[in-house]
Amino acid sequence: MAQPPLHRDPDARGYFGSYGGRYVPETLVEPVEELERAYFAARDDAAFQAELQRLFVHYVGRPTPLYEARRLAAAYGGARIFLKREDLTHTGAHKINNALGQALLAVRMGKRRIVAETGAGQHGVASATAAALLGLDCHVYMGADDMERQALNVIRMRLLGAEVIRVEGGSRTLKDAINEAMRDWVTNVSDTYYLLGSALGPHPYPLMVREFQSVIGREARAQMLDQTGRLPDAVVACVGGGSNAMGIFDGFVGDGSVRLVGVEAGGDGIVRGRHAARFAGGSMGVLQGTRTYILQDEDGNIELTHSVSAGLDYAAVGPEHAWLRDLGRAEYGYITDEDAIDGFKTLARLEGILPALESAHAVAYAKRVAQQVGPDGLVLVNLSGRGDKDVHTMEKYVSAR
Amino acid sequence: MSRLADTFARLARERRAGLITYTTAGDPDLPRSADILRALDRAGADVLEVGVPFSDPLADGAVIQRATERAIASGTTLRKVLTLVEEVRAEVKAPIVLFSYANPLVRMGLETFAAKAAKAGVDGVLVLDLPIEEASEFRAVLADAGIDTIFLLSPTTTDERIKKAGELGRGFLYGISRLGVTGARDQVATGAEAMVKRIRQHTSMPIALGFGIARPEHVAEVAAYADAAVVGSALVALIAEHSASPDLIARVEAYVSSLRAACAPRREALS
Repeated sequence: MAQPPLHRDPDARGYFGSYGGRYVPETLVEPVEELERAYFAARDDAAFQAELQRLFVHYVGRPTPLYEARRLAAAYGGARIFLKREDLTHTGAHKINNALGQALLAVRMGKRRIVAETGAGQHGVASATAAALLGLDCHVYMGADDMERQALNVIRMRLLGAEVIRVEGGSRTLKDAINEAMRDWVTNVSDTYYLLGSALGPHPYPLMVREFQSVIGREARAQMLDQTGRLPDAVVACVGGGSNAMGIFDGFVGDGSVRLVGVEAGGDGIVRGRHAARFAGGSMGVLQGTRTYILQDEDGNIELTHSVSAGLDYAAVGPEHAWLRDLGRAEYGYITDEDAIDGFKTLARLEGILPALESAHAVAYAKRVAQQVGPDGLVLVNLSGRGDKDVHTMEKYVSAR
Repeated sequence: MSRLADTFARLARERRAGLITYTTAGDPDLPRSADILRALDRAGADVLEVGVPFSDPLADGAVIQRATERAIASGTTLRKVLTLVEEVRAEVKAPIVLFSYANPLVRMGLETFAAKAAKAGVDGVLVLDLPIEEASEFRAVLADAGIDTIFLLSPTTTDERIKKAGELGRGFLYGISRLGVTGARDQVATGAEAMVKRIRQHTSMPIALGFGIARPEHVAEVAAYADAAVVGSALVALIAEHSASPDLIARVEAYVSSLRAACAPRREALS
C-alpha cells in the first residue's frame, strides 16, 4: 500500500494528487492567496497556536473524552468500540475546533465581518459562537429546507447574535448555502472573511480545516494507547464534506495497520437524487472551488442529494478524501437513512447518548466493522456531534409506549 | 487571425469601442435563443457571449441565476448549446464566445469539448471559475482546436497576474468592473476607468469591461476608455420580462441597437 508522505501539505497549487486546486472566480484568486499566506504564517506562530490551545482547553473543554461503549459493543457482537466524544465540546460538535481557529485567523487578518454556510446548523452555531467570543460580525447562509429541519440551531445562532440568511435557490440545502456565502464573499471581499466549515472549497481551506480538526485524531490516538495499550484496528467517521473524518484520520494516517473508514449518506439507497454517497454514485468534477468526486448528471449539472442528516446532504466530498481513497489508505462505505436512524436509537437506548444524525451514520457502520475485526479487535468511532438538534426529526421514529 | 482578433482590429480601425452582449442559451428556450442571437447580430453587437447554463452559478447574481434555471428547465445542455451555435454560425457575422463554468466542460472532457466547439464555430471560451493557474491544459487544448481562451481580470487581480493573462489570453481580456457577482447597476463602477488604465500598463490586448453595465449612457461612458462594453444582466432581464410577448425579438433588437449607437467613433486614436 502506498503511504502518503509524512509532511501532509498538498502541492503548491493545493492539489492532493489530482484533487483540490483553486477553481474560483478571478476576484477571489488574490483573497485565497492572501488567506494561504496568512494561514501559513499563523501555523508557524507560537502565540497563535498558544491562544488556540488556550481556547481548546478552557472554552471548548478539550481534550474530549474517549469512552468505551460496552453495551453497544455487546449488542453489535464484535470488537470493543470506543467513542471519541466530540459531542461533548462546547456547542456540541467538532465544528467548534475549526470555527475558533479560523475566527482567530480572521482577527489576525484584520477582518471584522465573517460569512459562513451551514447545513445541519452546527458549523453556523460554532461560527456564531466564535464571532460572539471575538467580537466579530457574523452572517450565516442556510438552505431553506435545512432551516426547517434544524430549526433549533437557527434559534441558537440568532441568540448568539448572528444573522441567519435563508437561501431559497437550487436544492435549498448546504450546496446552495455555500453558493450564497461565496457570492457574499466575492462582493464584500475587502472586509469579509469566509469561514468555510468543512474540508472543502479552494486551497487552503481543505488543508486548514483538516489541521484545525486534527486535534481530534491526536487526542484519540494518545487516549487509545493510554486506555488499551495499542492502536485501534479501524477508525470510523461520517463524511459529508469530511472535516470530522479528516480530523480523526489525521492522527492515524501514518499507522499503516489502522483501517480508516469513511461513511457517506446512503439516503434512500443509491438511486439518482436520493442519496449523497459521492464515492458510490459520483464521478470526478469541479464544484465550489475544488476538483473532487461529485454527484452530477451526464451534462455536468449537480444532482440533487438526499439524506436524513442535513450535514451529510451535499454533492461533493473533500478532495483529500478522494486522494486517500485512490491511495488505498482510506475506504468508504455508506449507511442509509433507515440504518442511521437505527444507529441513533441504539446508541440512545444502550448508552444514554443521543448522537447527531450525521454521527449516527458512523455508529451504524461501526456494527459492520466491529463484526469484521472480531471480538479481539478495537474500533474507534468519531462521535462528531450531539443529537439535540435532531430530536424533532427523530420524533416520528419514537415508538409509542 | 481569429475572428475575435479580426473584430478588435476592425474596431480599432473604426476608432470605436465594441458592444458585447451576454445571453443565456436556452432562455427562454433554444429556438428563441437562436432568434435572439440573430437579432443581436442584426442590431450590431460586435461579439456574442453565449452562456452555458450550469446548476450552481456561484459568480452570477439573481437575474442570470433565474435565466440559468429557466434554460435548464427548457432542457438546455452543453451539447445543445453547441448545436445552437452551429445552427446560427453561418448567419451571424459576430464572433461567438461561450461563457461557462468549468464543470460542464470537464464533464464532457476537454478534448471532446474543444473538437465539438471548433466544429460548431465557437470562437472563444471564457470560464468563470477557471483562473489562469488552473487553465494551462485547457488553454493548450483549445488553442490546438483554433479557439481563443479569454481570461477575466478583477479589481483584486495583481499586476503580475495581469501580465500573465495578457501573455496567455487570446482574443481579448474581460475586465470585471466591480467586486461582486453579475448584475445590472445604476452607475458604472467608480474605479473602472482606473482599472482599465492599470491593465493597459501591462498588456496591449483589447480590454472589454463588464459587470453592472446596463444602459446606453453606461456604454458611452465605458466606450471612452475601454475597447468594448459587455451588457449581460440588463439584456437577460429584458428577455425574461418579454419572453411571453410576440414582441420579444423586436424589443431585444431595439434595445441592443440603442446600446450599439452609444459606441460612437472616438475623436482620438486608440492607443
